Amino acid sequence: MSHDDLAASLSMVLGGAAITDLTRLTGGASRETWSFVADSRPLIVQRQRGGDVRDMATEFSVLRAALAAGVPVPEVITASTDVSDLGAAYMVLSCVAGETIARKILRDDAFATAREHLASQLAHALAALHSIDPTTVPSLQPADQIQQYREVLDTLAHPHPTFELAFRWLHEHRPDAGKVRVVHGDFRLGNIMVGPDGLRAVLDWELAHLGDPMEDLGWLCVKAWRFGSDKPVAGVGQYDELFDEYARATGVNVDAEVVRWWEVLGTLKWGIMCIVQAQAHISGFTRSHELAAIGRRVCENEHDLFLALEGRW
Amino acid sequence: MPHDAPSAQQLVESVREWLERDVLPATSGGVQFHARVAINVLAMVERELEVGHGQAAAHATRLAELGFATDDELAAAIRSGEVLDHGPQAEAVREAVWSGVRDKLTVANPKYLEGYFATHPVDDLHVDASDGRG
Repeated sequence: MSHDDLAASLSMVLGGAAITDLTRLTGGASRETWSFVADSRPLIVQRQRGGDVRDMATEFSVLRAALAAGVPVPEVITASTDVSDLGAAYMVLSCVAGETIARKILRDDAFATAREHLASQLAHALAALHSIDPTTVPSLQPADQIQQYREVLDTLAHPHPTFELAFRWLHEHRPDAGKVRVVHGDFRLGNIMVGPDGLRAVLDWELAHLGDPMEDLGWLCVKAWRFGSDKPVAGVGQYDELFDEYARATGVNVDAEVVRWWEVLGTLKWGIMCIVQAQAHISGFTRSHELAAIGRRVCENEHDLFLALEGRW
Repeated sequence: MPHDAPSAQQLVESVREWLERDVLPATSGGVQFHARVAINVLAMVERELEVGHGQAAAHATRLAELGFATDDELAAAIRSGEVLDHGPQAEAVREAVWSGVRDKLTVANPKYLEGYFATHPVDDLHVDASDGRG
């Protein structure tokens, strides 16, 4: 769909609003993202790209449920999976101003105050998100993460002894299934919008599923998402800060060992994802020396797995 | 070897030095970021050309001592439970695997072993799902 066609179609789905400043933003692999102004209101539209088989309706139902539960998220202005509107499933979202680039959030002076509050704010956002009644989003599916990544690794056919050691440890130490909640699935630095005062919005809900809420806490602490900082929680806070604030907001005490289990699984997941990203280059799907280089980051995750499991085998 | 000087390592080094000296200061934004990535990649290749042969031999020896020819075989044995999870054999396996991981990091990102993580340009441009909204 051309730029002008998209502008015309957006006007149609927004009740004839005047569409200006329609600009393509750097997009992810599964989404095409544009910013625009509709009758002086800044908005965002995300269109699903071909090849992404996920049901976008699930994502915008979760976003609406999250907003109702008090999670800071962009508001869904209008959304549809009817491809006759914009040529693909889409969501029009309110535009939340702020920064998503981890390096800036962790290092720029403009975010010094934000860094002080962020761990606590993330704990409260998680508490709100985990309070969503799962029956309000009936299309969400439970996901067995171990099974899922086992299959990804087997498909890649790049066996790694470290990963097999980690899989065995994870099987042997699997925590009792907790209460099933709505889980964001990719809750980390890079997927949150941060302003000078801290957390503005939780973004990127396409991996949301049903599961153990501790998955989100563990993933948030995976070392790759500290982007070089020595602080475990998103590079900005200590474990106790996250756990105490989460417990205060939910009334549920956090078992650090369960979060650790999810952090180990998260480290394994990111290690496997590094292989996936390098394969995108090697296969010719996206030729890029940056993707190629990520293949040599697999060993960082292997290193982190050994570190995390030292004394726990 | 039929080749004249410079060696492969020296050739790669010469390109890396040019990127550092001339390209970085002349660029900004995304191109500069990708130039940094390129510098890191070339430095990695230089390290592999230097120590790769020795590492390959050491790795083969480690695997042979455990009774395996390849990482694939060892991975399959761990997965099937043929290698036990506990006891001296398990420890020997973990020690060997850990040595291999350290060797890989020595080439890929030596600072990681010292507890510094940021030899790559620290950025999240490479992380797939951030859609740059805002």
